Amino acid sequence: MSAHAQKWSFRITPVRVLMILIAALAAAIVVYRLIFGLGAVSNLNDQWPWGLWIGFDVLCGVALAGGGYGTALIVHILHIEKFSSIGRSAMLSSMLGYILVLIGLFLDIGQWFNFWRPFVSWGYHSVLFEVFWCVSLYTTVQVIEFGEIATERVGKKWHSFFKKILPVLLVIGVLLPTLHQSSLGGLYLTEVGKLHPIWWSPYIPVFFLMSSFFVGPAMVCVETALSGWAFKHKADLKVLRGLAKIGAVIMLLYTILKIVDFTSRDVWPYIFAGGLEGNMFLLEITLGVLIPLIIVFSPFGKTRKGLVTYGALTAIGLVINRLNVVITGMVNYYGPGYVPAWTEIVVTVGLVCGGILVYCFIVENFNIVQHDEESPA
Amino acid sequence: MSKGVLVDLTKCVGCGSCTVACKLWNKREFDKDSPAVGLNPQLDDQNWTTVSFNEVQKDGQPVWRFVKQQCLHCEHPACASACFAKAFQKTPEGPVIYYPHLCVGCRYCMLACPFDIPKFEWDKSFPLVTKCQMCSTKVAEGQAPACVSVCPTDVMTFGERDELLALAKKTIDSDNRYVKHIYGENEAGGTNWIYISDIPFEELGFRTDVTTRPIPEYSHDFLKYTPAVAISWGALLTGLYAYTKRRNKIAKEENKDVPM
Ligand code: SF4
Ligand code: SF4
Repeated sequence: MSAHAQKWSFRITPVRVLMILIAALAAAIVVYRLIFGLGAVSNLNDQWPWGLWIGFDVLCGVALAGGGYGTALIVHILHIEKFSSIGRSAMLSSMLGYILVLIGLFLDIGQWFNFWRPFVSWGYHSVLFEVFWCVSLYTTVQVIEFGEIATERVGKKWHSFFKKILPVLLVIGVLLPTLHQSSLGGLYLTEVGKLHPIWWSPYIPVFFLMSSFFVGPAMVCVETALSGWAFKHKADLKVLRGLAKIGAVIMLLYTILKIVDFTSRDVWPYIFAGGLEGNMFLLEITLGVLIPLIIVFSPFGKTRKGLVTYGALTAIGLVINRLNVVITGMVNYYGPGYVPAWTEIVVTVGLVCGGILVYCFIVENFNIVQHDEESPA
Repeated sequence: MSKGVLVDLTKCVGCGSCTVACKLWNKREFDKDSPAVGLNPQLDDQNWTTVSFNEVQKDGQPVWRFVKQQCLHCEHPACASACFAKAFQKTPEGPVIYYPHLCVGCRYCMLACPFDIPKFEWDKSFPLVTKCQMCSTKVAEGQAPACVSVCPTDVMTFGERDELLALAKKTIDSDNRYVKHIYGENEAGGTNWIYISDIPFEELGFRTDVTTRPIPEYSHDFLKYTPAVAISWGALLTGLYAYTKRRNKIAKEENKDVPM
């Protein structure tokens, strides 16, 4: 395609204008934060050193953007071709997600001009070291992977080069997330005795890995619905249903492992004690795992509406889960001393808006949807 | 061998000299809104050590006990194992030192420390983590930390950790006023600052549910699988990539053949 010259396009709609305004306000707060420090824009304190930015921007962002690696695994490594039509959009939103995560991480560190330090000062005994390396390498890999799409339009002479290195990148691009999705959970292993026993578990890395995997298909369902609405393009229902089924199997395994874990550590009493932690956990698991499971295996799960509901609930459940780990699960230990400041919230919303705007721009200008992947070039 | 300090809480009168010595030696500011001594003093970026006043019951009588708090300089420091830039390092002499130029300001150390010691300079543009350094330059010369040497009632004894442990055991065994627990002997795998007391530690605000397993072991147990997982998973993925691609190709060719 693209033999004829195309113009760059970006439709302006009222929703987009609103998103641009929010993103601009967030950018202003970011500048203020970089000059005057973290204390000036956040409600974090010595009791609550980590809050919304780590909890949502980083932990949720990485998991939600995880749709990319699961899809890459299914489409490009296992070559299950019926899923290939959604490969590109899933990987694009994943790349943008990771870039947002990196920005979120960058904003959250006190000595931001020192961000490169762990590249040379090797604290390899830290789980955070693994997170840091994998996330930055993986984002780089995704940007290079995107090069294959970008060079269809700009810098065309590099296209064959990108096509050639793609297989290596794809393998690395599935490997790295597997490592850091679990190590994000592994960060919390040191919180033994601090993080509430409902969430602190020796298996927490496995739980993080599994949930990041099953939220992938869920996000694909939501994203295709959204972009279908924005770009009048409908993803094949069969494809979505197949993906959702794969996700649901992992969800089922996740539930079983939770049951085993709770039984072996004798956690059940906490769950039904009616306290904040127990109730938040019930919310997380019912909304984010049990109802989605029922939907997938019921007739409702065969409809587009059903799949979107499944996807949205799973994603919301994951967000609740990560925030429970970062905030709810720590309240018992640190006391209720943290509510995000409005500035923290605006920056988070602004980052998401910025990501959506860039996504729209790329979809409108590059060949992302309805692309027959790995067709003879 | 590694140095430590034995704190005998029965001897403390709550004068706060140690907190003053700490501020002078380490050039920390005095802030009357955040005193280092009193009913509920908080460790923060200026208060590296505090002395809290606690009214507790002893044999049915109310009594006052004064508790000095500071970094315990763990034998297996969680802060150092958590830091991904090596900004915390344990020295062979005992102190766990923070090197500001290496710090990124991620605050993972604050979460990892089982005693909630590291604090952050929240009101600075380029904030750093701060905590008691056990006056490491003095310790390196064989001298006691500033707080220890000014104490008028000899609450603290500076010396080799194992000798201090033996002394602590002897003291609590020979005098039945003491509770039979040396705080710091096993907490978080052992600390270089250890405490003895005549009031149970939990009543004095000590965290007594700390794991006795060194915290770095929890992360090590996880990280040790990384290389193996990376290599075998990478190999598996590469194999699957090649295999499924070839299989699809063959399937396609056969499909083409059949209907022709
Ligand atoms: S008490 Fe906390 S800050 Fe001090 S050495 Fe131990 S883990 Fe590190
Ligand atoms: S805040 Fe600084 S010292 Fe603490 S873990 Fe992060 S980089 Fe290391």
